[in-house]
Amino acid sequence: MATAATVRKTALNEAMRKAGGKMVNFHGWELPIRFEGILKEHAAVRNSAGVFDVSHMGQLFVTGADSFKLLQKTNANDLRKAVVGKGVYSHLLNEKGGLVDDIIAFCLALNRYLVIVNAATSEKDFKWLLAQAARMNVKVENKSDDYSMIAAQGPNVPKMMELMAPEAVKLPRFAVVEKKLFGADCFISRTGYTGEDGFEIISPHAVITGIWNQVMELGKPYNIIPCGLGARDTLRLESGYLLYGVDVDDDHTAYEANYGWVVCLDKGNFTAKDILLKQNREGVKRKLTGVALTSAGVPRPGCKVFRNGKELGELASATYSPTLKKGIGTGYLSEPGLKPGEPLEVEIHGKKVPAEVHKVPFHKGTAFPKG
Amino acid sequence: MPKQEELKYTKTHEWLHVQGSEATVGLSDHAQHEMGDIVFVELPKAAQAVEKEKPCAVVESVKSAFDLYAPVSGRISALNEDVAKEPILINQSPLDKAWLFKIKLSDPDQVKDLMDWTAYQEFIKQGRG
Repeated sequence: MATAATVRKTALNEAMRKAGGKMVNFHGWELPIRFEGILKEHAAVRNSAGVFDVSHMGQLFVTGADSFKLLQKTNANDLRKAVVGKGVYSHLLNEKGGLVDDIIAFCLALNRYLVIVNAATSEKDFKWLLAQAARMNVKVENKSDDYSMIAAQGPNVPKMMELMAPEAVKLPRFAVVEKKLFGADCFISRTGYTGEDGFEIISPHAVITGIWNQVMELGKPYNIIPCGLGARDTLRLESGYLLYGVDVDDDHTAYEANYGWVVCLDKGNFTAKDILLKQNREGVKRKLTGVALTSAGVPRPGCKVFRNGKELGELASATYSPTLKKGIGTGYLSEPGLKPGEPLEVEIHGKKVPAEVHKVPFHKGTAFPKG
Repeated sequence: MPKQEELKYTKTHEWLHVQGSEATVGLSDHAQHEMGDIVFVELPKAAQAVEKEKPCAVVESVKSAFDLYAPVSGRISALNEDVAKEPILINQSPLDKAWLFKIKLSDPDQVKDLMDWTAYQEFIKQGRG
């Protein structure tokens, strides 16, 4: 486990430095914030191809006769959607209906699941699942230290992956395939955190540099570039994807986060179902709401949001949107029924700047169904 | 276009090009590189009085906001509206197209306190930037 004093390096650390990565400490991990520039990296992913080192992400394996039972009990989404070879995005629930984490659970085979968890929460999730698994016939393992992970993202990524993993290119969104790469057992899923089509590849550390180099080589005709955490954040915020610890945590629910679609109330019993059922029926008092500036400026996390002079809350996530070319953010506002276009003000450097409620996602890339 | 060797520099990474009683101010190449893509600039107001080492403008990258400090005291005599419209100019041309504003100096002696190119290079190398 990482402590405050240690900074962990991924197996790709040297490759990231060589590629010109400007390294930062991200929750105890040394990772590139950017290479050539966030705008260029953002555009590469939206228009063609980019690749990220996301080795800080965690991998939990849940196996045994009760593995479905454990995951179905602890998750908001219905794990029946995760048939063999498919995954579901879900919220791991605490007893208050808040989020222990947001995850993707892949069913690799009958009674064998791979759960992708956030870096800072992997140990917490592991302990939570272990505690929930009491008297169940199930094995929960935290193998986060054994795996590296990269994300190749962008509309041209499927074309370039044709040579490396043709079976992966046939995968629908959220599907996964196990494949040997450089002689090692790897997982390739059609997932990502950018809003664009693409894949995430999980491998043992020993082969990740080879995989990275091959992805860079195959991506050459598509001008693939390495991308950092900065572009990852602008891409995910435009796409309306939640950032655990910033947008959601143990004290916020899926309904408050405007992610009610994740909660499957009709799937049978599960953790905090009564609380979520009640919240769904009665509505929420605060809701994560999209905000876009209607004049120049860059909103930041913590900026206060006003409507008709009344403070409604503050922005949780906020940045300059390279695609919309304006400031955007999301924050928990105390008027949950606001419609897109409603005028707001955001306080930036002590000045109130005109803004409006904006639909989320702010931008729908190739990962979203058309229409 | 002035050569960066001919400019004066502050510890807060503004450059200054003095021509008579007027000085042009911009952001150093080192600073723009460290900040990354600049997406927003808030310039001083026309004819605004500025005071040496006091914040007078803001530049924002995708990730962060940075205050800009007046290298010398005086009054704003010109503003580069192009850079306000197209902030990325700061990354593309920090010493030329992306000059930010001009100051009519009230105390030309203040220029002596600023670093020359060699001193600025040393300052950056020592990691105090």
